[in-house]
Amino acid sequence: MTLRGRLTTYAVVVPFAIFLAFPFYFALVTMFKTNLDLANVEHSPYVYNDVEGHFHWDFWNYATTEHVRFLFEDTNYPRWLLNTLVVGAAVVGITLLLALPAGYALARLAGGWGQSAGIAIFLVYLVPPTLLFLPLSRLITQLDLKDSLWSLILIYPSFTVPFATWLLMGFFKTIPQELEDAALIDGASRLKAFFLIILPISLPGILTAVIFAFSLCVNEFIYAFTFISTSEQRTVSAGIPNDLIRGDVFFWQSLMAAVLIPTIPLALLYNAFLDRFIKGFTGGAFR
Amino acid sequence: MEAHAARERKRAGSWRHALESRRVLAPLLIAPAVVFMAVVVGVPFVWAIYLSFTDAIGGSLSGHWVGFDNFTAAWNDDNFRRALRNTLVFTLASQAIVVVGAAVLSNFLVRDFRGKWIVRFLVVLPWAAPVVLSTIAWLWLLDSLYSVVNWTLARLHLDNAIVSLLGATHIEEGAQVPLQWLGRPNLALLAITIVHAWRILPFAVVIFIAGRASIPTEVEDASKIDGATGLKKLWYVDVPLQLPIALVAVLFGIVFTAADFGVVYILTHGGPFNSTQVLPTWAYAIGIDSGSLGEGAAISLFLFPLLIVVSVAMLFFARRAQVS
Repeated sequence: MTLRGRLTTYAVVVPFAIFLAFPFYFALVTMFKTNLDLANVEHSPYVYNDVEGHFHWDFWNYATTEHVRFLFEDTNYPRWLLNTLVVGAAVVGITLLLALPAGYALARLAGGWGQSAGIAIFLVYLVPPTLLFLPLSRLITQLDLKDSLWSLILIYPSFTVPFATWLLMGFFKTIPQELEDAALIDGASRLKAFFLIILPISLPGILTAVIFAFSLCVNEFIYAFTFISTSEQRTVSAGIPNDLIRGDVFFWQSLMAAVLIPTIPLALLYNAFLDRFIKGFTGGAFR
Repeated sequence: MEAHAARERKRAGSWRHALESRRVLAPLLIAPAVVFMAVVVGVPFVWAIYLSFTDAIGGSLSGHWVGFDNFTAAWNDDNFRRALRNTLVFTLASQAIVVVGAAVLSNFLVRDFRGKWIVRFLVVLPWAAPVVLSTIAWLWLLDSLYSVVNWTLARLHLDNAIVSLLGATHIEEGAQVPLQWLGRPNLALLAITIVHAWRILPFAVVIFIAGRASIPTEVEDASKIDGATGLKKLWYVDVPLQLPIALVAVLFGIVFTAADFGVVYILTHGGPFNSTQVLPTWAYAIGIDSGSLGEGAAISLFLFPLLIVVSVAMLFFARRAQVS
């Protein structure tokens, strides 16, 4: 690329990156701020300052970890993280159980109507929780599942199953049919061919479906918010805005730590699996 | 005895045979997922429609049939109309920003440059972060007293320009106060639109890049030979080829913005004075907070026509993409 081309690229790409990442940079700075530094509106919010409002290069001496400690020692935050992991793991398990066979059948066995059925299933993913939460919240109460993690484990697959079915269908389509045919000719049954040939090859794709289905569970808000009202049973997405934001008192440093801690591992996973996700996501429809 | 054993064997054989046939195996494998979705999506959906025609209140699962009363009651409420209008405004305005942003950014992100991986990492962040959590980060960015946005604007001496541009009241009771991004209706509308655009943009960029990659290199070469360059190539070659896949990103963005509850709920709770309510938050306010389950269900059902339109468009483009 020419020098000019390179410069234009940076001139476009860098402002976008700053705009998109800025809230997270700012959260990172805030989580280690001392109360005095944070509460003084004259102090620069971008860096750590001494009591006079001056920045020093040994800035870590003007920061504190007390608010992160507070989050882990004096709030239910660790419990919410654990709840989120438990719900996510259970939902991913159920999702794979239902979506793996469905995705495979749609890609390989269903023939002409497979594509249409796949799109129909995908449209189910677009039915928003905000349309369903009112009857579901009543239903959960009737089933005596209110304030229980089981309510989320039961309902979350309603969006992860169509999503994962679509994604897995896309992955299975990319596997050459010949591999399977060879196994069938050698006398393997279809199920055996699926478990011994298809499954091992699609492992990266399945892992992608696992990660994105899990992240959908972490993201979910309105069900977690309406089904569960005891603090100990909340997930991170519902717990942080409900219990860490009390009236007008904001514990901003702890809040920002609470925001960043789940975000960072998710962001790393997204980046590692992004290309595979795109392949599966667009592979379902645009082949 | 022997005949019985033979019959058993035969039955087992026909079972195994049936499992090998696509016609049997395919529905068998798809059925569990379909049945599950029918129960957890289909049933509550039908139920929501039923509830919207009843006077059901919180704590009950049914009520008396009231016909279209809930719909007319909702429609005659100014707050509802504002919620409907806001839903449309947020959706259209944020998606317009997303399309332009994604078209520009994806165009440059496909190039090779040093530091691309870190740029990509930063660009994908808003998508990877749980939306409620990143919205809390925005809540802090737009804080009434400590907003970093205001701090920066003040240092750049741009705060007064913003005030006159947006017609926001800056002076209150004689004292200068920071811009109340979430406390003034017009500023809050702008802030919510930007947050929506911000969180959808990375997904759209990623999909746009995939769309770009799906154009065969032969097309690129052919258009070069035919002398199509610059705007002409963009309009006659790039845009039509990328349109289907770009539309998928847009339709997605529309659904996930219009149906979103978290962003508005966290940032403003629908305030100030219900000026930023959207259909989901208004349905929550009526259906859960006020306990009018029936009317709440009716309000959330106003999202349905939008979904139909989007779904039909999606089917149409998916089919066209298949043909071409």
